[in-house]
Amino acid sequence: MWWYTARRILQTIPVLLGSTLLIYALVFLRPGDPVRALFGDKPVSEATIAQVREQYNLDEPFLIQWLLFLKGALTGDFGQSFTGRPVIDLIAEAFPVTIKLALMALVIEAVLGIIAGTIAGLRKGKLFDSTMLVVSLLVIAVPIFVFGFVFQLIFGVKLEWFPPTVGGNTSFYNLLLPAIVLGLVSFAYVLRLTRTSVAGNLSADHVRTARAKGLAEGVVVRRHVLRNSLIPVVTYLGVDIGALMAGAIVTEGIFNIPGVGNLAYQAVVRGETPTIVSVVTIMVLVYILAALLVDLLYALLDPRIRYA
Amino acid sequence: MSTQQPLLEVRDLDVAFYADKKAIPAVQGANLTVYPGQTVAIVGESGSGKSTTAHAIIGLLPGTGKVTGGQIVFDGEDVARSGKKEFQALRGDQIGLVPQDPMSNLNPLWRVGTQIKESLIANDVAKGKDADRRVHELLAEAGLNDVERRARQYPHEFSGGMRQRALIAMGLAARPKLLIADEPTSALDVTVQKQILDHLDGLTDELGTAVLLITHDLGLAAERADHIVVMYKGRVVESGPALEILKNPEHPYTQRLVSSAPSIASQRLSSVKEREKVRERAIQTAGEIAAEIATTEGVVGKGEDNIIVVENLTKIFRLPGDRPWRKTELRAVDDVSFALPRGTTTAIVGESGSGKSTVARMVLGLLEPTEGTVKFDGYDTAKLKGKRAMALRRQMQPVFQNPYASLDPMYTVFKSIAEPLDTHGIGTSKEREGKVRDLLDKVSLPTSVMRRYPNELSGGQRQRVAIARALALEPEVVVLDEAVSALDVLVQAQILELLNDLQAEMGLSYLFITHDLAVVRQIADDVLVMQDGRVVETASVTEVFDSPREQYTRKLLDAIPGRDLLTTA
Amino acid sequence: MPKPTLPGQERYVAPAEETPLAAVDSVQVDETPASQWREAWKQLRRNPLFLASAVLLTILAVVIAFPGLFTNADPRFCELSRSLDPAEPGHPFGFNFQGCDVWSRTLYGARASVTVGVLTTLLVVLVGGITGAVAGFKGGWADALISRVGDIFFAIPLILAAIVTLSSVKNWFPDRGFWGGIMAVVLTLALFGWPQIARIMRGSVIEVKNYEFVDAARAIGASNRRNLWRHIVPNAISPVIVTATVSLGVFIVAEATLSFLGLGLPFSVVSWGNDIAEAQRLVRSGTRLGVMFVPAAALALTVLSFILLGDAVRDALDPKAKKR
Repeated sequence: MWWYTARRILQTIPVLLGSTLLIYALVFLRPGDPVRALFGDKPVSEATIAQVREQYNLDEPFLIQWLLFLKGALTGDFGQSFTGRPVIDLIAEAFPVTIKLALMALVIEAVLGIIAGTIAGLRKGKLFDSTMLVVSLLVIAVPIFVFGFVFQLIFGVKLEWFPPTVGGNTSFYNLLLPAIVLGLVSFAYVLRLTRTSVAGNLSADHVRTARAKGLAEGVVVRRHVLRNSLIPVVTYLGVDIGALMAGAIVTEGIFNIPGVGNLAYQAVVRGETPTIVSVVTIMVLVYILAALLVDLLYALLDPRIRYA
Repeated sequence: MSTQQPLLEVRDLDVAFYADKKAIPAVQGANLTVYPGQTVAIVGESGSGKSTTAHAIIGLLPGTGKVTGGQIVFDGEDVARSGKKEFQALRGDQIGLVPQDPMSNLNPLWRVGTQIKESLIANDVAKGKDADRRVHELLAEAGLNDVERRARQYPHEFSGGMRQRALIAMGLAARPKLLIADEPTSALDVTVQKQILDHLDGLTDELGTAVLLITHDLGLAAERADHIVVMYKGRVVESGPALEILKNPEHPYTQRLVSSAPSIASQRLSSVKEREKVRERAIQTAGEIAAEIATTEGVVGKGEDNIIVVENLTKIFRLPGDRPWRKTELRAVDDVSFALPRGTTTAIVGESGSGKSTVARMVLGLLEPTEGTVKFDGYDTAKLKGKRAMALRRQMQPVFQNPYASLDPMYTVFKSIAEPLDTHGIGTSKEREGKVRDLLDKVSLPTSVMRRYPNELSGGQRQRVAIARALALEPEVVVLDEAVSALDVLVQAQILELLNDLQAEMGLSYLFITHDLAVVRQIADDVLVMQDGRVVETASVTEVFDSPREQYTRKLLDAIPGRDLLTTA
Repeated sequence: MPKPTLPGQERYVAPAEETPLAAVDSVQVDETPASQWREAWKQLRRNPLFLASAVLLTILAVVIAFPGLFTNADPRFCELSRSLDPAEPGHPFGFNFQGCDVWSRTLYGARASVTVGVLTTLLVVLVGGITGAVAGFKGGWADALISRVGDIFFAIPLILAAIVTLSSVKNWFPDRGFWGGIMAVVLTLALFGWPQIARIMRGSVIEVKNYEFVDAARAIGASNRRNLWRHIVPNAISPVIVTATVSLGVFIVAEATLSFLGLGLPFSVVSWGNDIAEAQRLVRSGTRLGVMFVPAAALALTVLSFILLGDAVRDALDPKAKKR
């Protein structure tokens, strides 16, 4: 178990390094001069430009820039945004909002997806199952921003159940509608996964054995079907945190939420290398940590791999 | 005695499965009766309806299965059309089940003890601490040691035999009046099989539990049951007292079964005589081929008497240990030496983990030996390179165990058999087609199967195709790795006969790997008995069967079910 | 010790003619030969979901090939004076904000959206399939290297990675036109999409690699390469096909999302993503929802068809259903 944990942690290091390098390279490919772009049409002296260049390490070769970024990141210094604020401060403001939003979405999709998926799996081919299947397919097929606008219009503007935009007040209630929109696609996947898993497990040999023992149907389903079926679902949910963070780019845009997604989008539009790379690094870190957590949780759920 | 009431009476039972709203009958008009404390066996091949009958009795028919007619009277009540709740009350404390495959029948996520405890609680036998104590007693009763630790372990920490014992403990936990044992040991090694069946026998005798034993093995049924019911194609074709059925089978199907069962056939002198004839012819043909080979260019071989000589073969697998930097070594094969004389069959017999298949893979050159040499007709196979290594491939071919995995499902039968010819660039496409026709003829398959895919063929037919593919390159040696183990007895007997015919005709030499000592007598001349990677006994077939020297060999022989029934009775 | 026979257990022999003995293991010769794929096809044809998706995809193919069959309006002929005009004869869904015909733009937009989906999927299957097959077959350091590189690309969420890449690449070709714009999106999505297919292919190859027919082919003397491409890959490909069909839909949605963020196809390209994105401000004000719903519905229907197709193919190829 200890070795398993240690090895998984070791494996994540090259992935983390590699993905920051990758993002660094992609941003580096951007044509044009970010410094000149920063000043727009304003006339600036060459000296000022050189100074700004040095300040952001833009005069160094690409790999050195990356290494300097890493060095800074290790000490908590992610550089400065073009507006002069330390990136770490921007992230510190935005990150909790997005995490809150993503966790809310995760809870919503997990609870609803698992419940609906289980019922559908147990009653495969019946009305509820077919309905859920259609709903999940629709949710996957329609781009999420369409749902975003429609929900905003119906529940925010017309019915006035929720505020149509969030703005500065990121309370639980204000984030509820965006969280539902954010979790919608994953809800469909969780539902489908649970359904397939439950339906498959229902015909497993060990479930027949459980029935042969004379267990009541409810006990059979709870202890022998559900628990086994949830293992792949848990894996999916863990990896999904990363996807939710990225999905926040769209959702935060629609509902005007000051989170990391918005921050990332603005930075991309402006070409602010330090902010882009920092935000991506944080998101990748969250994804990797979640995947790690799931792997370890997996070992608790499934005794077979405890000593692998 | 005649005043006794039957515990279970199945009358004119019909069971059908539904596909596309059409009923496909699986059991038709089955009758059987079980009295309290009795052991009754249902014998049949796969697809005979024996398991379906058993599942109907406990109300656990899979998928679309339904009882469509007849009665199942248990303890005076017809349960054939009972609902979920009624069956739930019946299961556990009235009817228990010991399922077939110990690997898939325990839930991998719960401790073994917990899974047994569930049964106690569900049937109101015991609760809380009492239940825990009872679990320990039950595990001990099923023949497990160190029960407190065992109860806390998970199924994956158990061996196959231990799991089956746990399943027996589970089946008997609520002391049912009837225990349905569905092929309870067919997935286990023979010696473990015997131990477990002995134990089950003793236990059910002691408790007075009636047993309905489902098995494909007539010898085993005759040895364990009082009464036998033979099923064929969904119908009961014969039933009666066990020994009577075995001694004078009357239905043609039962007669066929009795004459093919390897456990019984191995005792017959006729099979020994037939084998001798085969060997004589094979050695003669092989000798002629050898004389030719000694003078032919481009072939690996000097025409020696021993076509394969294995010396001090050892294979060590390095497995990850408990620490990353530590590896544990597993000696899968340890210093094995033997010779395969041209035109004969040497059998390597052993239980799982004995290293027999590893030896086969090393002989075939699919696995590199850690130490030792494999000589093919005088040449060290490890030192052959390039063209000569390819030539060696032509002279030695394998046939594997699993008829469902040994043919590429994407290839037609023609393509599968022609592939070796294609790979070695032999003949024009027309010649190849002729050759494939010849080969199919040799393995007694109609040429119409050429365009078919493996999924359309039965296990036996696939194995014939695999044999035809192996023979395509006209090899001298065929390595048969459990080649008949996965087949139903009748098909098994047929394939063994085919292998004998081919050997006599083509002068083939066989290396025959098997876990089943019973089939050895019909095909082999020499036997190597392996245990834990080592050879424990090497002798001729007659010596092994009539005067085994080693205790382990004797144990294997004793484990052949029904072996003594015909000779002593 | 002979026991007395109990009632119900008397010796019974069924009449031989009731179950006539068949030859042991006889071959059925009457049916037509059926490969795994043909069996799957037979099953597919009876699946109503497959038929529905097939009909929809056929219609889609016709629309892509000949959009002019269904409308007389030019998607690029826009007059601001007709901005948001309601439906009229020849213009069944009215006009969008720019005064272009909504129906015509939706029909012509299919080409770009579906091209992105199809090309991305092909590329992903090609790259992911080959790398995954090599990783699974070779094992060892090749596997470790490919898997780690895949992890790196997989760790960055698709949409995030795509907007960063597209914002960098976008200005490479100032006048990209139809194909330039499409290729930028396709390459970007494929760059971060291949690891998923590679993982599936790798797992599948590792499973198939251990089948006995692979050993049998080795014993014949077949080379590693022949073994991999002739035996292993054809048997390992079906889960990849299933995933790829669903991914095709996902990529179409991704293109729309990128266009919504202003980083997808250039505005000059008529595409569903661009039209939906352009119509978003109308939804905010709650007027003329049709302008958004028509392209959105077309997109949803297309994606739905591909997902249904994937589901149907999976059911047909399911090994559990295939057992005889």
